[in-house]
Amino acid sequence: MKRSPADTEASARKITRRGLLLGGLQVSFAAMLVGRMRYMQVEQADEYRDLAEENRVKFSLIPPARGLIHDRNGVLIAGNEQNYRIVMVREDAGDPEAVLTRLRKIVWIDDADVRRALDEMRRRSPFVPVTVADRIAWEDVAEVAVNAPALPGVTAEVGLSRLYPRANDFAHVIGYVGPVSDYDLSKLVDPDPLLQIPRFQIGKSGVEAKMELDLRGSAGTREVEVNAVGREMRELGREEGRAGDNIQLTVDADLQAYVQARLAGESAAAVVMDTVTGDVLAIGSAPTFDPNKFVRGISSKDYNTLINDIYRPLAAKPAQGTYPPGSTFKMVTALAALEDGVIDLNETIRCNGHVEVHSRRFHCWKRAGHGPVDLAKSLRESCDIYYYEIAQRVGIEKISAMARKLGLGERHDLPLSAVAQGLIPTKAWKREARGADWVVGDSLNAGIGQGFVLASPLQLTVMTARLATGQAIHPRLVRSVNGVETPVRNDGPLDISTSHLEAIRQGMYEVVNARRGTAGRSKIVGDDMRMAGKTGTSQVRNITTAERARGVFRNEDLPWERRDHALFVGYAPHDNPRYAVTVVVEHGGGGSKAAAPIARDVMLQAAYQGQPPLEAYPSNQRGTIRSRQRDIEEMLEMPHAEREKAAEGRA
Amino acid sequence: MSYLEYNVKYVPSGLRKVLYLNWSLVLLLTAVASVGFLMLFSVAGGKMDPWAMAQMKRFALGMFLMFVIAMVPIWFWRNMAGLGYLISLVLLVLVEVIGSVGMGAQRWIDLGFMRLQPSELMKITLVMMLAAYYDWLDVKKVSRPLWVLLPVILIMLPTFLVLRQPDLGTSILLVTGGGVIMFLAGVSLWYFAAVIASGVGLVTSVFMSRGTDWQLLKDYQFRRIDTFLDPSSDPLGAGYHITQSKIALGSGGWTGRGFMQGTQSRLNFLPEKHTDFIFTTLAEEFGFLGGVSLLTLYVLILAFCAISAFQNKDRFSSLLILGVAVTFFLFFAVNMSMVMGLAPVVGVPLPMVSYGGSAMLVLLVGFGLVQSAHVHRARQK
Repeated sequence: MKRSPADTEASARKITRRGLLLGGLQVSFAAMLVGRMRYMQVEQADEYRDLAEENRVKFSLIPPARGLIHDRNGVLIAGNEQNYRIVMVREDAGDPEAVLTRLRKIVWIDDADVRRALDEMRRRSPFVPVTVADRIAWEDVAEVAVNAPALPGVTAEVGLSRLYPRANDFAHVIGYVGPVSDYDLSKLVDPDPLLQIPRFQIGKSGVEAKMELDLRGSAGTREVEVNAVGREMRELGREEGRAGDNIQLTVDADLQAYVQARLAGESAAAVVMDTVTGDVLAIGSAPTFDPNKFVRGISSKDYNTLINDIYRPLAAKPAQGTYPPGSTFKMVTALAALEDGVIDLNETIRCNGHVEVHSRRFHCWKRAGHGPVDLAKSLRESCDIYYYEIAQRVGIEKISAMARKLGLGERHDLPLSAVAQGLIPTKAWKREARGADWVVGDSLNAGIGQGFVLASPLQLTVMTARLATGQAIHPRLVRSVNGVETPVRNDGPLDISTSHLEAIRQGMYEVVNARRGTAGRSKIVGDDMRMAGKTGTSQVRNITTAERARGVFRNEDLPWERRDHALFVGYAPHDNPRYAVTVVVEHGGGGSKAAAPIARDVMLQAAYQGQPPLEAYPSNQRGTIRSRQRDIEEMLEMPHAEREKAAEGRA
Repeated sequence: MSYLEYNVKYVPSGLRKVLYLNWSLVLLLTAVASVGFLMLFSVAGGKMDPWAMAQMKRFALGMFLMFVIAMVPIWFWRNMAGLGYLISLVLLVLVEVIGSVGMGAQRWIDLGFMRLQPSELMKITLVMMLAAYYDWLDVKKVSRPLWVLLPVILIMLPTFLVLRQPDLGTSILLVTGGGVIMFLAGVSLWYFAAVIASGVGLVTSVFMSRGTDWQLLKDYQFRRIDTFLDPSSDPLGAGYHITQSKIALGSGGWTGRGFMQGTQSRLNFLPEKHTDFIFTTLAEEFGFLGGVSLLTLYVLILAFCAISAFQNKDRFSSLLILGVAVTFFLFFAVNMSMVMGLAPVVGVPLPMVSYGGSAMLVLLVGFGLVQSAHVHRARQK
């Protein structure tokens, strides 16, 4: 085709014109790209750099090893156990369900765990290891290793978990650990990032909970470079954490074991304290439970059994439980009256078995009456009329003040769950709490440790130690933290006249060692280890006039929960006190029969740091004692789970 | 113009043609490709495999093709334009029938030794076809409706087939590239106004089709548009590409983190780091200066093409040169807008830099035609 040169020229000019226009557009577009690049790379560079760092580096926490807990002699009470778990990586497994089916032929895994694991694998990135089975036996781990070719993506890992070698013995002292709950997190203002680690365990009760911050330690960090999908490419840095502090308790694990065994079968509490240092040597609560079950995740069946038991195994009775102290409170009333001068050391008061106050009749436990009673006799035979009289004379305020001086009504600072304050009533307290005025009858009841008065076995032990030494000693449960000794706390001599204290001690000595003492059957033979003490039998119900008319029920005839609490407080040796003991047997009946024998056994066990010789017991009791010693020896050789059953069987 | 007309002036022949090649363009293309090798070496973690070496081989093949094509007289290529277009169209239909399914979209025909992507081929053959059409058409008829309709059909036919694959990026390139050639050929501006208006209409109907049976775009393409409009809405899902790409790019700063020091691209934060998103690696490692340098190289290539086109009095040649240049421009303009978060992720490679055979070969074939036009232009003796 022919075309005129003019046409060609014109068309070329047009192309050039439009081409230049287009070129201009292109260059402006390029300039716009440069502008955008400048904006992103120069003006916003810092912002994007931060985002890039965030993209690149991931911090992960290394959980620290939890602090260990030892007894006063270095026996391990709470430790960490290596446990094996089986983890599975989805992308390596290929078909996780098929691999799991094969795995289940080797290791027992229940359906719920399989479902949970499969679900977790689906939700998370394919390279994240998911725990399939926890706490696997070493044999199973070996089996898995042998079958590795058939189990792609399955590996065994080692982790640490809490173990309580002394199981049931320390359930109420140490408590237990468990996984962090939402409730735990809600209580914390600034939660430790460690708590976010899945399966991280924290103290839930007892020392484990109260000393959580010491025991926990601090997390290490691992800085890893990750790619877009979160896969770890390499470790950039690692900072090891600090393991938790080790704690040494003042408790003697063997004595504790003995106490638990001795209390087995009862609903009871016992506390043994060093009267000089305040060290709590044993703090038993029966029945007990295995804290290891809680660490591993207790079954609802086991949990319901614990919850529904009328003996309340989960309650930490020595510090948490409060009881009317009954006659064990009489030393307080007596000291208050003596110090106030309303009664003289040798003054006698006549006991007719009852006394009439404002036309209301108050009875002595001995219906026939004690006749003329002085201070020593009032303690020895636990006459109630004597205390009704002096309580009226001295008044509740002075009794309360004395009680507080001796450590009652005070929340002792021990790292235990729910340390009870008890109740030492005053007139002001009654007006505020009950909206009623204090009446003389209240003073009478308080004078014999009934009515409003409530005290925990721990408080009674402190009281006993203070009576025995005359020193304002405070209890101590933690001997040292990470090797740093916790100071002994002694506020010095109590502001009580020595002669008055001596008179009380003499009375307490006679309770156990005099012919007519209420705890005469529980005396310790031998000059170097004589025990002094006081029995108590506290009512948990009012005895009505009608009941009295028919004759007071014998405890054995009542249903268990309406029987009296049996109490005993004591110390030994009487002339150089070293150990203070309290035993409370809930609904155990009389203190002299149910509590005092236990207290004597425990006292001797503490003093001899092991089984005492039979010579420490009165000769006529040695046969029974020997058989009981054998029973307990036998029991201590059994696994913890069977001890209480064995005790019940015997009862 | 005919062969005789060319003969009136001086046209080099034989091996002398090599001297008349546009060597600046060859140099610029090699420079851009080298940037590509460097980046592929970097994203592979300092290794020639798996990308850099393969890319170099393909570049060598492409350069060889470019030289061969450059040696063949431009009028031969003009005569081949219709056939080339027809073959491309048939191949596009073929991928519909026998094409293997890759990435959820049918895009290539497996020839055994290489995978042929007809849509890539079409980018060049369409340019050739349109240039030849306007070379043949009487200049006076250019704006007559019938003669405007014909090239529109020529453009829409392959575009429709490509869109069905579905390959949004290539469709945009074909329509825009074709439209620009019509614009250069002198089609009345009123038509463009009308086309833009109907384009708006098309976009509207595409969005209207969403969720109906006759949906014109795949769901993933709709989602890409959604996340383009608001990438932060789904930072780990569909908006992930754009967000990560912007982070990598932005964290480069003035001079970048240094060669092989880019963290984002190397650590797999970037999807398709060696293909469509390779610019982010460059921008992260060499910063603003690196990015601007590459852009400068691209603009220089465009400038040399434009100069060559303006010097050329042959209608087919100048339209072809400008058409190839525009296609090249569209490649990098769309790709860079995409990685900078200015355009949706449509899957257009960075020309001569992104890893990938078809695109590079087709571009070098295109530049072969540019060289042929340059060599065989009529010169004053």
